[in-house]
Amino acid sequence: MVRLSSPQELEKYRNEILSTRDPNQPLITVCGGTGCHASGCHAVVEAFKKVIQEKVKGNGVGLRVTGCHGFCERGPLVVLHPRKVLYQRVKPEDASAIFQESVLKGKVIENLLYEHPTTGEKISTEEDVPFYKKQRRIIFENNGSIDPTQIEDYIAVGGYRALPKALFTMKPEEIIKEVKKANLRGRGGGGFSAGLKWEQCRNASGEIKYVICNADEGDPGAYMDRSLLEGNPHSVLEGMIIGAYAIGAHEGCVFVRHEYPLAVLNIGIAIQQARELGLLGKDILGSRFEFDVQISRGGGAFVAGESTALMATLEGNVGEPRAKHIHTVISGLWDRPTNLNNVETWANVPVIIDRGADWYTQIGTEGSKGTKIFSLVGKVNNTGLVEVPMGITLREIVYDIGGGIPGGKKFKAVQTGGPSGGCIPESLIDLPVDFDRLTEVGSMMGSGGMIVMDESTCMVDVAKYFMNFLKDESCGKCTSCREGTKRMHEILTEITEGRGSVDHLDLLEELGWVTAEASLCALGGTAPNPVLSTIRYFREEYKEHIINKRCPAKVCRALLRYRILSDVCTMCGRCAKACPAEAISGKTKTKKEKGIPFKIDEQKCIKCGMCFESCKFEAVEVQ
Amino acid sequence: MTQTEIDSIVDRYGRKESAILSILQDIQTKEKYLPRETLEYVGEKLHIPLNKIYRIATFYRALSLMPRGRHEVCVCMGTACHVRGAQRILDQIKLALGIRPGETTKDLNFTLETVNCLGVCAAGPVVAIDGEYFGKMSSTKVEGTLKKFRSDQKKEGANGKA
Amino acid sequence: MIPFVIDGQPIEGKEGGNVLEVALDAGIEIPHLCYNESVKPYGACRLCLVEVVRRGKARMTTACTYPLMEGIEVLTRTEKVLRARRMIIELLLAMCPGDKLIQNMAKEMGVHAVRFKEEKKDCILCGLCARVCEEVVGANAIQFAFRGDRREMIPPFQGEAMNCIACGACVVVCPVDVIRMKEEGDERTIIRWKRTLKMKQCKVCGNYFAPWFQLEKFREQAKLPKDFYDVCYTCRS
Repeated sequence: MVRLSSPQELEKYRNEILSTRDPNQPLITVCGGTGCHASGCHAVVEAFKKVIQEKVKGNGVGLRVTGCHGFCERGPLVVLHPRKVLYQRVKPEDASAIFQESVLKGKVIENLLYEHPTTGEKISTEEDVPFYKKQRRIIFENNGSIDPTQIEDYIAVGGYRALPKALFTMKPEEIIKEVKKANLRGRGGGGFSAGLKWEQCRNASGEIKYVICNADEGDPGAYMDRSLLEGNPHSVLEGMIIGAYAIGAHEGCVFVRHEYPLAVLNIGIAIQQARELGLLGKDILGSRFEFDVQISRGGGAFVAGESTALMATLEGNVGEPRAKHIHTVISGLWDRPTNLNNVETWANVPVIIDRGADWYTQIGTEGSKGTKIFSLVGKVNNTGLVEVPMGITLREIVYDIGGGIPGGKKFKAVQTGGPSGGCIPESLIDLPVDFDRLTEVGSMMGSGGMIVMDESTCMVDVAKYFMNFLKDESCGKCTSCREGTKRMHEILTEITEGRGSVDHLDLLEELGWVTAEASLCALGGTAPNPVLSTIRYFREEYKEHIINKRCPAKVCRALLRYRILSDVCTMCGRCAKACPAEAISGKTKTKKEKGIPFKIDEQKCIKCGMCFESCKFEAVEVQ
Repeated sequence: MTQTEIDSIVDRYGRKESAILSILQDIQTKEKYLPRETLEYVGEKLHIPLNKIYRIATFYRALSLMPRGRHEVCVCMGTACHVRGAQRILDQIKLALGIRPGETTKDLNFTLETVNCLGVCAAGPVVAIDGEYFGKMSSTKVEGTLKKFRSDQKKEGANGKA
Repeated sequence: MIPFVIDGQPIEGKEGGNVLEVALDAGIEIPHLCYNESVKPYGACRLCLVEVVRRGKARMTTACTYPLMEGIEVLTRTEKVLRARRMIIELLLAMCPGDKLIQNMAKEMGVHAVRFKEEKKDCILCGLCARVCEEVVGANAIQFAFRGDRREMIPPFQGEAMNCIACGACVVVCPVDVIRMKEEGDERTIIRWKRTLKMKQCKVCGNYFAPWFQLEKFREQAKLPKDFYDVCYTCRS
């Protein structure tokens, strides 16, 4: 690669790349996101490679492994360009047929198309699929068409267009003004004005400043940042370079959680390629601005995603937060002005600079502009990553995009904001999603995890789950957080095991209050949210557990009873075989013997549910 | 791991004290865990007192002070997986292997870990064995999945049935 | 000097100081456990909570870590503050029911019942021992390990604290007196850190006055002659 030393050279390079690409040339793109990896996309890619090698002579069909398309439920995903035909749940065996019929002959393979769940209609193009229709994919737009390990792909779709505009036609103060005008709020959970942060950092005294990209994404159930870093790392990098220029920082760091090896790899490749082209390092594009980026891996600690804890980790200490009486933009990493932003926040920057704040502010609500990427997961048909304009309602997300609840079950709640957030019940399902509205109802935007729950989810169990997470992840410094989360978990365990008492609800609320008020950082500060919000909206369910010792959702094992219906039992013996506690007795029916219906000894039963899962005749009843 | 190998890792990070986490992670990638002698040596090289090294090694879940099994069974306990029944899967695996999260089987074949989100939520519940993802896991699929990784010796655990 | 207000009373403190030390100097009682003048403030116990009003906004914060700023208004006994402190001491009492100091503080604050399952711990995780060992003594023998509800103060690898010089600073500074030292014959033991060291005998008076290990460390660091500590401090003067 030749080093580009001016914006003109970059444009020339861009045109060169575009001239070698024929938009009408058939191109097979296979989603290489982690979700599709888990569904076996690697084998699909290999199958395509083989087919192409064998069949094509001369100028052939292109094959590209791209970033995450977002429709993870239906992976492996294949999109055929130029017609943008979407095939879902593709198997390696399908590769040959896809190549022969679709690519060469232009025919569509019906059984690989997305089928509308209610109308049965087959939909052939990506944009017509209901999952994508209501989305507004701006940040995720290019994930599905670029190979994240090829910087040329990013440049070909218009990447690194905002960077020269910022470096050569805008002063740092003007960039900050534009970002403030766009009202870009932190997408990592804080929702704080990015522009204001940048301004404070720029104005802070000190020659040496830092910018950090927080890719520690610790909220369980959220994986948007992962997909952005894996699928379009340059969009994040470009944002960081622009931000560094605006602030006056020359060193940056991308802090990625260690559970994301592919993200670490891809951002590493991106940095390397950017350096080679002269988009990172000394004298970027001839602007005389110098900036470079390092990568650091997290150590497996959720609390280390908190900005001061993250900086402590970078300094070689444990990830313990410190009080923020003096903000990190004034005194952060190594006591120097440091601007930390989330992955998605950085990825919004090139869009704002390229298309302008006026365009950007057309999307979203009064207080929350732009789009947000959510990981829509849990009890929902179309699980995956969705990018929607702020202000869209929960109902639209869960039903129109998400396709509703599987198995026709009833919607119960949506959990947003991860362990710092809360549950939003059915009565509020028409709530427009934005920073302030979510906080008003006792939850928060958080990093964008959106966990859908149905009638078979126990809200007390959900609260217990989050408390278990928080007490493990708490750094343990503050008495209020360490003991508070521990005791809240203890009480919730008592309740879910049938030892709850009526005082417990008040005690939980009081503990929650102190944990939030007295703790040093946001982990402790928001820890009670899952408990308090579930008590607020599902108090009756708590009372069922406490007073009647019943779990209506049939989740809390200690409160369940397993029984075999003797008149339904076919005496196949599967349950007894599966039972790890040897609690089931009976006689298998054979040709010679009549058999005795199977029965569970409740004293020995450990309520693992294996019998229920192994019975093919629905003879096991759960009460 | 030889001292020379450790030296080269330390040098890779410019012998900076602040790179302690990255250094320990790189060592762990090769050694599969952090033996005491290694931690003592790294402490000496970087002039970090042993109490601080021990604090760091026990604070971060990515670091392990105990020898690990040949195969790492990692159960995702993220919220999406939890809501889809991850706890049951974990209990089933605990029974099948006879160990609790963080522990290693006596024959050093399996180490069981939980993680608070692998980022593969759409395929939940997810179990990752040696980095290979097994999505849409169910209690009935557990034994079959583990079988591929079991050693030829006697089966572990309470579920001694064939 | 930085002027501000505590409980309606105008007061001032040195730049770089914290609210707690100024308050205590002025005779205003704010309960505290993990604060000690000899080391940097840490903010772990959360007992010294106060409300600080700054630029019209009130927030709850620990007095020991709050930097002095002109014009702030500190309130040490609001309803909120007292309610939070009471819960904190109750949590500490549930954790360490046998600690006399915690029992007394709880009584003083009007906390008589513990609504949680009592544990049998004795260490309140204030960190003073480790902080003194690092900042004042420089031996770095002990530190916190693990995190969350598994956090504890132990020597590395939970064995004997090999860097410990048995100076006894941690014994003195521990607010709940759970680090004990004993001397038997020519040995001194810091029981909690499983550290037993042989004591050096003075050539003049014959008393065992300090551990060999400790004296050797001082000698090496200060590059003193081999026989420098053959005579004890008392006899030398």
